[in-house]
Amino acid sequence: MASADVLETVASMRLAEYRDAAAVKEVPTRNGFGEGLVEAGTHNRNVLAICADLVESTRMEAFKKALPAQYIEIGVAEQMLVAMAAGLASVGKIPFIASYAMFNPGRSWEQVRTTMALNETNVKIAGAHAGVSVGPDGATHQAIEDIALMRVIPQMTVVVPCDAIQTKRATMAVAERFGPAYLRFAREKSAVVTTEATPFQIGKAQIFRDGGDVAIVACGILVYNALVAADELAKEDGIACTVVNNHTIKPMDEPAILAAARRCGTVVTVEEHQIHAGMGSRVAEILAQRYPVPIEFVGVRDRFGQSGDPVELIEHYGMGTAAIKGAVRAALRRK
Amino acid sequence: MESLSPARVTALRERANLVRQGIVRALVSAGSGHSAGSLDMADVFAAFYGEILRHDPARPDWEDRDRLLLSCGHIAPVRYSAMAYAGYFPVEELLTLRKFGTRLQGHPERVRLPAVETTSGPLGEGLAQGVGMALGAKLDEKEWRVYVVTSDAEHQCGLHWEAMMTAGKFELDNLTCVVDRNFIQIDGSTEDVMPLEPLANKYRSFNWEVFECNGNDVAEFVAVIEKAKAVRGKPQVVIAHTVPGKGVSYMEGDYTWHGKPPNREQADEALRQLEAERERIVAGNG
Repeated sequence: MASADVLETVASMRLAEYRDAAAVKEVPTRNGFGEGLVEAGTHNRNVLAICADLVESTRMEAFKKALPAQYIEIGVAEQMLVAMAAGLASVGKIPFIASYAMFNPGRSWEQVRTTMALNETNVKIAGAHAGVSVGPDGATHQAIEDIALMRVIPQMTVVVPCDAIQTKRATMAVAERFGPAYLRFAREKSAVVTTEATPFQIGKAQIFRDGGDVAIVACGILVYNALVAADELAKEDGIACTVVNNHTIKPMDEPAILAAARRCGTVVTVEEHQIHAGMGSRVAEILAQRYPVPIEFVGVRDRFGQSGDPVELIEHYGMGTAAIKGAVRAALRRK
Repeated sequence: MESLSPARVTALRERANLVRQGIVRALVSAGSGHSAGSLDMADVFAAFYGEILRHDPARPDWEDRDRLLLSCGHIAPVRYSAMAYAGYFPVEELLTLRKFGTRLQGHPERVRLPAVETTSGPLGEGLAQGVGMALGAKLDEKEWRVYVVTSDAEHQCGLHWEAMMTAGKFELDNLTCVVDRNFIQIDGSTEDVMPLEPLANKYRSFNWEVFECNGNDVAEFVAVIEKAKAVRGKPQVVIAHTVPGKGVSYMEGDYTWHGKPPNREQADEALRQLEAERERIVAGNG
């Protein structure tokens, strides 16, 4: 990819002024889900919201108030959540089903595989409270295996948006796209790096920053950490990083991943998930087959989470900006 | 509804017999599959496709059709056979059961054969999907009904009880669950493996209306479904008492026939018995 084209692409992202720490707005990605769901349900009355006893924390509450006839509460029953939604979808509804990612799809995997995916039904899973950044609730409630669980299932679309605005856009986009989908978002406030003018298309990775030394491929709320790390590396070490917001894990934007690898010759992947079988693993599968380059993985390293402050946990499990910078330097040394 | 005429009952009984013959031929052709439950539900499926359902074999995607779900997908041969005799596809296609490229997968797949309504086999999932469909019909104020055929043993699955609770909450009177109460499962008697009794009381306590009948009597089954359809404000269950392997003497009541097919000689014997029964039915002596 020619450099001028890349720069134009970066400019077209119309990002927020994320470099000014004092000006950065922080909003939980789940809020974007709540807003997007109301819009989707207002636009299309076949959109339903179904909740398993977590209407406030999954941010379905606004939908429940605005569109009560399209809201269904089924209690603490995540397998039911999926299978019932598959039934509703097969008679023309577009159900969004919400719980914590740990319970749905964590508890309901076989129902997801059989009744949603093999059965090709138009059900959308909203996986809230994903990642260790759930914080004080501890390991039982911190889903860090869910991307792996969903991306191995044929037919599934898997989207991990980078901030609240993009989560809203992604929610509306999965409502429009026929087929089973998994949308992952988080509990805590996180930096808003996109704007209403930022484009969004499922399956289309976004170049948020351009540089020729190392390509950082990130998803979810850690995209902000990747951008901060890239800026600090440029200032401190003169290392120029490309940052790719790789929001669609499945179907992954293979041309974009290959282009980033060709431009930089080495890749760092960043995700709030086990480094095994997640987004980075998919990047590695693509590059191993088509354009092998050294890869460093930033994510949870085969451990469970624990209670703590979200920022503290991100740092402890090696996903803070310092850890990303370390991975970039390591990747550069391997070029 | 008026009760069925004697001629209609005879026709349905003959249909059930032919469905059984189709099951045996399909299973022996496949060389694997589930005999006992398939045979014991032949009367129920013959009644559904021959009398109860609002459906059109020429238009399996008709929006206002009744939905018939088979939750215990392993007894797919009975559904396929009943569908073939109802005109959904040629009876000879039954011989493709479980073979490469067939629409008649070992366990039903909706994407390959849309008229089966759901993809099933993993147990305990059918009622949950039926609840979703029945709720969808209520939301859209549709008149069609949902019927879900379940095995007794799949009542050991937790999800089935989540579905029962949900159907009670939403007062889904457009939903009827049929239980194949044959008391067998792979490892033996349901009451030894994991007791289900008192099953009727369990349904009642989940706010369901309960009916019981002889599931191997087409006329009785049709009549009990008519009663179930008249219930308002509650989902209904029909506990259909059946004899596993019904219609084939050496299989009847023997749990070891749950998950295996007859071999060629056994199939020939089964078909001889069934054809003799069919002649008795038609002659009015059966």
